[in-house]
Amino acid sequence: MSDTTTKTTHPALIFWIIAGWVGFCLLPWYMVEDGLWSFEWLFDGYPFDADYAPGLFLTVQGEKLWLAPLLFPLTLPLLALSRPKSDPFYAKILILAGTLGFGWLIFQGFSIGIRGFNFEWQEALFGDLKIRQFGMGYGAMICASAFLFVLTQGIAARGAINGDVFVVSAIGGIITIVTVFVFFPIAKMLFAAFVTEDGAYSASVFASKFFDDRLWSLGCFWGARCGAAWNSLILAILVGLITTALGLCFALVVTRSGFRYKRALRALTVLPIITPPFVIGLALILLFGLSGSVTVFFADLFGAQPTRWLYGMPGVLIAQTLAFTPIAFLVLIGVVEGVSPSMEEAAQTLRANRWQTFRTISLPLMRPGLANAFLLGFIESMADFGNPLVLGGNFDVLSTEIFFAIVGAQYDQGRAAVLAMVLLFFTLSAFYAQRAWLGKKSYTTVTGKGDAGVHPLMPAGLSVPVLLIALFWAVFTVIVYGMIIYGSVVELWGVNNTLTFKHYITAFSVRIEAEGIRWTGAAWDSFWTTITIAALAAPLTAAVGLVTAYLLTRQSFAGKDTFEFGTMLSFAIPGTVIGVSYILAFNVPPIEITGTGVILVVSFIFRNMPVGVRAGIASMSQLDKSLDESSLTLGANSWQTFRRIILPLLRPAILAALVYSFVRAMTAISAVIFLVSAEYDMATSYIIGRVENNDYGLAIAYSTTLIFVMLSVVACMQFTVGRTQIGRRITQSRTNV
Amino acid sequence: MKKLTLTAASSLITLAASMGAAQADKLTFYCSAQEDWCQLMARSFEDATGIDVNMTRKSSGETFAQIRAESSNPKGDVWWGGTGDPHLQAAEEGLTMEYVSPMRDQLHDWAISQAESAGDKTIGIYSGALGYGYNADLLAANNLPEPACWKDLLQPEYKGHVQMANPNSSGTAYTTLASMVQIFGEDDGFEFMKGLHANINQYTKSGSAPIKAAGRGENTVGIVFMHDAVKQAVSGFPIKVVAPCEGTGYEIGSMSIIDGARNEEEAKKFYDWALSTDAQNLALQVNAFQVPSNKGAETSESAPDMSTIKLIDYDFKKYGSSDERKRLLQKWDEEVSVLPQ
Repeated sequence: MSDTTTKTTHPALIFWIIAGWVGFCLLPWYMVEDGLWSFEWLFDGYPFDADYAPGLFLTVQGEKLWLAPLLFPLTLPLLALSRPKSDPFYAKILILAGTLGFGWLIFQGFSIGIRGFNFEWQEALFGDLKIRQFGMGYGAMICASAFLFVLTQGIAARGAINGDVFVVSAIGGIITIVTVFVFFPIAKMLFAAFVTEDGAYSASVFASKFFDDRLWSLGCFWGARCGAAWNSLILAILVGLITTALGLCFALVVTRSGFRYKRALRALTVLPIITPPFVIGLALILLFGLSGSVTVFFADLFGAQPTRWLYGMPGVLIAQTLAFTPIAFLVLIGVVEGVSPSMEEAAQTLRANRWQTFRTISLPLMRPGLANAFLLGFIESMADFGNPLVLGGNFDVLSTEIFFAIVGAQYDQGRAAVLAMVLLFFTLSAFYAQRAWLGKKSYTTVTGKGDAGVHPLMPAGLSVPVLLIALFWAVFTVIVYGMIIYGSVVELWGVNNTLTFKHYITAFSVRIEAEGIRWTGAAWDSFWTTITIAALAAPLTAAVGLVTAYLLTRQSFAGKDTFEFGTMLSFAIPGTVIGVSYILAFNVPPIEITGTGVILVVSFIFRNMPVGVRAGIASMSQLDKSLDESSLTLGANSWQTFRRIILPLLRPAILAALVYSFVRAMTAISAVIFLVSAEYDMATSYIIGRVENNDYGLAIAYSTTLIFVMLSVVACMQFTVGRTQIGRRITQSRTNV
Repeated sequence: MKKLTLTAASSLITLAASMGAAQADKLTFYCSAQEDWCQLMARSFEDATGIDVNMTRKSSGETFAQIRAESSNPKGDVWWGGTGDPHLQAAEEGLTMEYVSPMRDQLHDWAISQAESAGDKTIGIYSGALGYGYNADLLAANNLPEPACWKDLLQPEYKGHVQMANPNSSGTAYTTLASMVQIFGEDDGFEFMKGLHANINQYTKSGSAPIKAAGRGENTVGIVFMHDAVKQAVSGFPIKVVAPCEGTGYEIGSMSIIDGARNEEEAKKFYDWALSTDAQNLALQVNAFQVPSNKGAETSESAPDMSTIKLIDYDFKKYGSSDERKRLLQKWDEEVSVLPQ
């Protein structure tokens, strides 16, 4: 697509016009009840049956007449086809058509629900509507996208962002999906904070729940307990600092030391990220609990009484550090590797010693990585739910409080909403603090200019402690994982230590029969669902995340800060809140997807997208703009530049996003627990069910299997995406294993 | 060539027809009991009636939250299992519908009184008494006496050895609080809770967690429903179950049909079937040690013998109502939980 001339063919425009008509005239307008992937409707009365009919047939048959006005904005853009882009009329028509079509779709979607009109004033005006309407299906979705992209093309034609259609469409698209799948459900949920028991709105309800002693008490300074808000905050800061420090140690050992077993170390650091929830907690209990082997050993050694020291802040801190260090490592290794050796060489040429080089050149250049790693650790700790649940003891944190405000004996959705707001406030403050710390400095080191050399080794005074810390942590991880594998092959964990494979057989047995393989194991159903959902969600997450990162680092447009805030929002909110808000928002038309696999995929995309965004931003802020500029000067447009220049240099970030989203989709629990349904049960919710039922063996055997499955999938992804080579540094891509 | 098209067409038609035929009756079943029991109930109902069952298992609190969130467009048909309070709560909020089953005359009185207290919107399917269990190995290792009564747990040597759930988050613990208020009277009941507070090492979030911790040797005494403690003992953990001498409260596991169910007829069939002896005997196959509500159903041999347990006359209507619950919980929050330990 070249837009240098005044040609009057607009392939992108023609595409979206056709798409709009196809959506309106050919595809079923409403959601087909049997799911997105069933094509039964093709044989079952299509296109006249009202359940499966496209919009056009519905209007012609005199049903759902409120769809008829859509014909006007569908026809309108045809007028623009014969005009050149520079013609102001072209832009005006497209903007008008897009706004009208999209606006009307939203308006009718929210006004007419499954019980007729949704708003009282409509009923007063038009009387009781006897017809109902269901959730949007293929037809409606495609039609909506068509209107949206016609609109963005109109805006681009008016000269926004230099008339760049790709950038404007990307911004428009991402704003729309983030609004629909993040802002809309969360807003719906947070309103609950202001609702009294009778359903009226009131600010005093909010105040009484907000100034609760259980939230803000500072009792722990005089022997009582502190409020959940302080607990969460202190824990999150500690976890953020420790994981960043440990992640940096690992990154330095892997890139700047002569250590021989780097690859093994790398693989180890990633293990916790692919571990289903609860498993680390259970393993820690077996090691350090009241009857844990380490505790008992030391108690015997010193003749002391074993204590329950693990339960509370220490246990949660250890478990979270184990679980989230890999995330810090993934972010930091990219940045540490990306620091150009030329700078360091320049410093050394100017007779700086290794220590000075490290302190004044390397470390400051790693600041974006450090800041992002801390931010992720902080947020993850705030939103983590599994570890505090198992190890928290009397140490209450916000995320578990939210969960039990909703599902516990209180049934207090308003309190959950208030707690969610507090949590959100903390995470957003951390986000802004990070931005303030980074400031407006430039951290670019990878430029189009000559970039040779290899990284110098760490100064000796640094490398010894760093290596020791990394090794200590590595050994600890190995022990924890040894316990897990051991737990999956004993009869009854902690009580009967006879070796057995029976848990694996219960979960994953197969029988080969005449008709083929019968999956007789108890775990297969949830296993296949999980793999499918994760495989669908991963590439979509990576794509959305990286495009967003590109827009944030490379383009400037009005409202960019708000835009960035929006993309981080879903990550900062604990899964439980997301889970409930998704049910509230998507159980009713216009978007009705509860009980389907789609809602799981969507929740994963928007839960995990921020990591793709962060990884992308961290990598992209190191790529010099001159690379883009030279590509643009040579006549490529922004899409070509993105695809041919930025994407290949971003391979590590892509891999990180892919791996992370795949793995999180397989191990996430808190949002999932509300969104699974009979047909789409996920591995983690199945595992929790087993743990609740004392089937520790089966639960751990299943988790161990998942770990190995994820390992092999991650290895395949790494192989497919490939490696980046910058200068002479052969980068083993930044994620590992 | 023509023949080929014909075959293709006819096979397409058969395919379509078979797809249509496959759409049998169906039922969306929300289950709040243990996983294997839920599975067994779903499969057995399919076998008994030919109705396709879509089962989702979640704890009773989670299911209640979901039913409430889905109330404007209900997805579930029937909700079976889980402690009675959320079922009563759902009835109070109009989330479930009235139904009087023809099976009622076969049920124990407590199951029917549960229904009556909720305007026939729910019914008892099993019951379980509150009590506690202890880890015999740990008790011996710490030279502690064997407890037999509620008041025994107040003795100072048990300090740091007792665990119960937080009544704010767990139905089990709320039942404990309400039972103590009913056994000892409100003032002495709260005195008891204060004394207990001094010995508690942790208030867990989930109701059965204290006894699971005891099973793993992470805690000595756990206050739970006795069938949960029995389950630990049967799984092979060194747990002894105690029915406290002062008497004790109990829960009634319940079942409700969701208001606005899409498959109301099937839900009613399930409801009637679940109250039958055949369906209730299934509990024996999955190590569920609750007492079934059908008088003719069998109870497991390992189950606590209800005739030897002193059960109080638990007032479900009063202590299941949200006002009384809020009042007791607030009082517990203000008077008990803030005390130093």
